[in-house]
Amino acid sequence: MSEAISAVDHDDHSHGPAKGITRWLFTTNHKDIGTLYLWFSFSMLLIGGVLALIVRAELFQPGLQFVSPDFFNQMTTNHGLIMVFGAIMPAFVGLANWLIPMQVGAPDMALPRMNNLSFWILPFAFGMLIATLFSEAGGLNFGWTFYAPLSTTYAPDSVTFFIFAVHLMGASSIMGSINIIATILNMRAPGMTLMKMPMFVWTWLITAYLLLAVMPVLAGLVTMMLFDIHFGTSFFNAAGGGDPLLFQHIFWFFGHPEVYIMILPAFGIVSHIIPAFARKRLFGYDSMVYAVASIAFLSFIVWAHHMFTVGMPLAGQLFFMYTTMLIAVPTGVKVFNWVSTMWRGSMTFETPMLFSIAFVVLFTIGGFSGLMLAITPADYQYHDTYFVVAHFHYVLVPGSLFSIMAAVYYWFPKWTGKMYSERLGKLHFWFSFVGVNVTFFPQHFSGLAGMPRRIPDYALQFADFNMVSSIGAFIFGFSQILFLFVLIHGIRNGKPAAARAWEGARGLEWTLPSPAPYHSFTHPPKVTDDEAHA
Amino acid sequence: MKQSIKYVSMILGLIMAGYGFADELNMPVGVTEISRQVYGLHMTIFWVCVVIGAIVFSVMFWSIISHRRSLGYKAATFHESTTLELAWTVIPTLLLVIMAIPATQVLIAMYDTGGEDMTVEVRGYQWKWQYKYLDDDYNQTFSFFSSLSTPKDQIENRSIKGEHYLLEVDNHLRIPANRKVRFLITSEDVIHSWWVPDFAVKRDAVPGMLNELWTIVPETGFYRGQCTELCGKDHGFMPVVVEVMEEAAFDTWYAQEVVAAAVREEAMSKTFSNEELMAEGKQVYTTFCASCHLENGQGIPPVFPSLVGTAMMTGPRDEHLRLVFDGVPGSAMQAFGKQLDAVQLAAVVHYERHSWGNKAGDITQPRDVINLNSGQ
Ligand code: HEM
Ligand SMILES: [Cu+2]
Repeated sequence: MSEAISAVDHDDHSHGPAKGITRWLFTTNHKDIGTLYLWFSFSMLLIGGVLALIVRAELFQPGLQFVSPDFFNQMTTNHGLIMVFGAIMPAFVGLANWLIPMQVGAPDMALPRMNNLSFWILPFAFGMLIATLFSEAGGLNFGWTFYAPLSTTYAPDSVTFFIFAVHLMGASSIMGSINIIATILNMRAPGMTLMKMPMFVWTWLITAYLLLAVMPVLAGLVTMMLFDIHFGTSFFNAAGGGDPLLFQHIFWFFGHPEVYIMILPAFGIVSHIIPAFARKRLFGYDSMVYAVASIAFLSFIVWAHHMFTVGMPLAGQLFFMYTTMLIAVPTGVKVFNWVSTMWRGSMTFETPMLFSIAFVVLFTIGGFSGLMLAITPADYQYHDTYFVVAHFHYVLVPGSLFSIMAAVYYWFPKWTGKMYSERLGKLHFWFSFVGVNVTFFPQHFSGLAGMPRRIPDYALQFADFNMVSSIGAFIFGFSQILFLFVLIHGIRNGKPAAARAWEGARGLEWTLPSPAPYHSFTHPPKVTDDEAHA
Repeated sequence: MKQSIKYVSMILGLIMAGYGFADELNMPVGVTEISRQVYGLHMTIFWVCVVIGAIVFSVMFWSIISHRRSLGYKAATFHESTTLELAWTVIPTLLLVIMAIPATQVLIAMYDTGGEDMTVEVRGYQWKWQYKYLDDDYNQTFSFFSSLSTPKDQIENRSIKGEHYLLEVDNHLRIPANRKVRFLITSEDVIHSWWVPDFAVKRDAVPGMLNELWTIVPETGFYRGQCTELCGKDHGFMPVVVEVMEEAAFDTWYAQEVVAAAVREEAMSKTFSNEELMAEGKQVYTTFCASCHLENGQGIPPVFPSLVGTAMMTGPRDEHLRLVFDGVPGSAMQAFGKQLDAVQLAAVVHYERHSWGNKAGDITQPRDVINLNSGQ
């Protein structure tokens, strides 16, 4: 099979990529597409970050200083949408593109043309989404969760563009996940059984199934909105016999698996990096796989924990409380296994390891607040306050985002053939680490003290927490400029990297030269026990 | 690595300090039996997390400090243990089962509605609350709106912010101490959420749905909360203020309000002077209209149209009334006929037609409003 692929490649472009812009427009190469995804995601991170800084600037002090309440809502809405759909998800798809073929010993992704399409849809989707900010009808202002009827009957006209943008993002994700599933199931090198797959591949396989299951649900949801807005239906309009809560059930049936879509690949990444720098194999590989699978299963039956205050029957509340508490168990198993991997290792602390350790600690703190939120009566007090904001930023920023940064540093030598500056990388880490905690830790307190989320102005007792949080946000925001600098500096001035850039790194990708050849494995490699995971 | 230990211990220290010494860092205990139980659950699960966290993080940091290559530590080769995997699956599960028991009990107690001494309907509007007191047959005895009373000057930083900045309203809800008060919560437009932290009472106000809640508050005093579900532009500006009164004082107040409502009913047939209408109209306009159309009538086009010199303001009076009465479906312009009585409607329409340079030159009386609807 791989013979056939490399023969075809020979006809097209015999040695490496095309020149100029067409290389990027027409590319079907998994590395080029991975690079596109990653730079796209980074630019979305910066745009979404600017919106967040506008929010934090307004919240620096009580009173309205810079923006109007409606514009404030546009900032929080677009920040959430851009970060979730534009920064985190595409970054993971970019990493999947770069790494999965190399890790399973394949030349490329299974469906290269679709791969190109699924990336190139995204700039249009986000172009349209961001353009609504400049629309005369007013920008999207109903929060990233876009609850009806605020997002239907009461929405600005630009909501239709939002619906179309979500459809495009969904199509892109669905194509991306089909491609990943096809690659993993069909293109593994001989000898790489499922239970020998690298953890990143495993987590992505499961994530891809989650995506396939829930993106159509999201598409259905926005289509129902479209019908309510333009074609006179009343799915979510109580006056017409519909039910606004139907919206929330559908949204969170998508939304809860979605939050795990944003963390499972992170679990995979950290499960590579910690063993590499502890110079010891991943502890409990099998149980790690089972834990991910059970999290994925449970993620379908916890959705209404986002809706504890909507007024569900007691039995419903209890069911969702129990399942939500249960999902903390496999999550805990992962943490215990990472710690056991570190235990009696021979550790060094290069940048990827620093980010991974911070991931374990801070993600766990986010998991703890998740556990607190699972306790329904207590959630009545936490719900829709800054406590929830603190929770999901702890799991998403030092969780998902730190894992992405860890991955970028870890595989950077493999991608570019160069070593980034360790000194600058560590500097970036420490600024990010301090920034993230200064930003989000005080939000636990403002939430417990009773500050609702999504408000542009607040009562005086919340002032100190907010000021600290805003200072942290600016530290964190600006340290990402440093990240950009470290990357460019590394690409231009980095020292050449060895094939196995890290002493403890295991896996097929490290058997390839650095930088990895354009068509990863033209002949299937032999999967030795040393490079496989079990 | 020393540094990261320092940071983590700092964070943990901060948590401890927060929970041990400064109340303002923690959830308020509140004043009801339920709120105390909720606080208890919150602290229990918090300490469960702290203990697990302390164990996991100390193992991890012990390892980080001692199992490092720079100390010449050689890596071990073990990489699995079924016993351990079972242990750290089963023990946390048991812990959670134990935790689930009190949580379930509190939740069941919270759902124990019924047996109430009185009922108040709480209705969310963009961006204010309406409180309706209901009698034993659920008929309305009287009702009023409650909206933010913090002056714009404070919000826009032109004057010093008061003690209850953003947590103060023109008319607050009053309930008696020591009686079981049932709340029926719903909404007229988008979803809102009604929250009084000290009662541990929070429930979404969903259009088309009636949610039930209850509380018994033993201590008199003022209790403040906010809307906690994003409901549009002024989501941050619709506080909840509840005064819990001595039972006797409450009963007196209640009786007065019932009488006042009857007097008001009578006013519907009265004829008002221009001055009376303008004064009442200005007040109604400020409370109900100015958040969108602004104090000066200019609005925020295109979403919130201007009311200055437009055809509606000087055209046929009944069309103007009709519009205010029915609202514009599918827009933020609400059907004020449901919120205002005939006196208020007449006054506000009269006010709009004779302010900011508008000169319709007519007069609108409560009976015009009543006729408008009976003529239908
Ligand atoms: C131990 C595991 C976890 C538990 C028990 C848990 C529990 C919860 C609960 C109960 C809520 C609803 C809070 C409320 O609105 O009142 C919540 C919100 C949220 N969680 Fe988690 N969570 C966990 C892990 C995660 C992870 C891994 C992620 C994502 C990476 C995540 C992302 C979110 C987000 C985004 C929200 C809020 C969404 C919104 O309302 O905007 N959580 N979590
Ligand atoms: Cu969830």
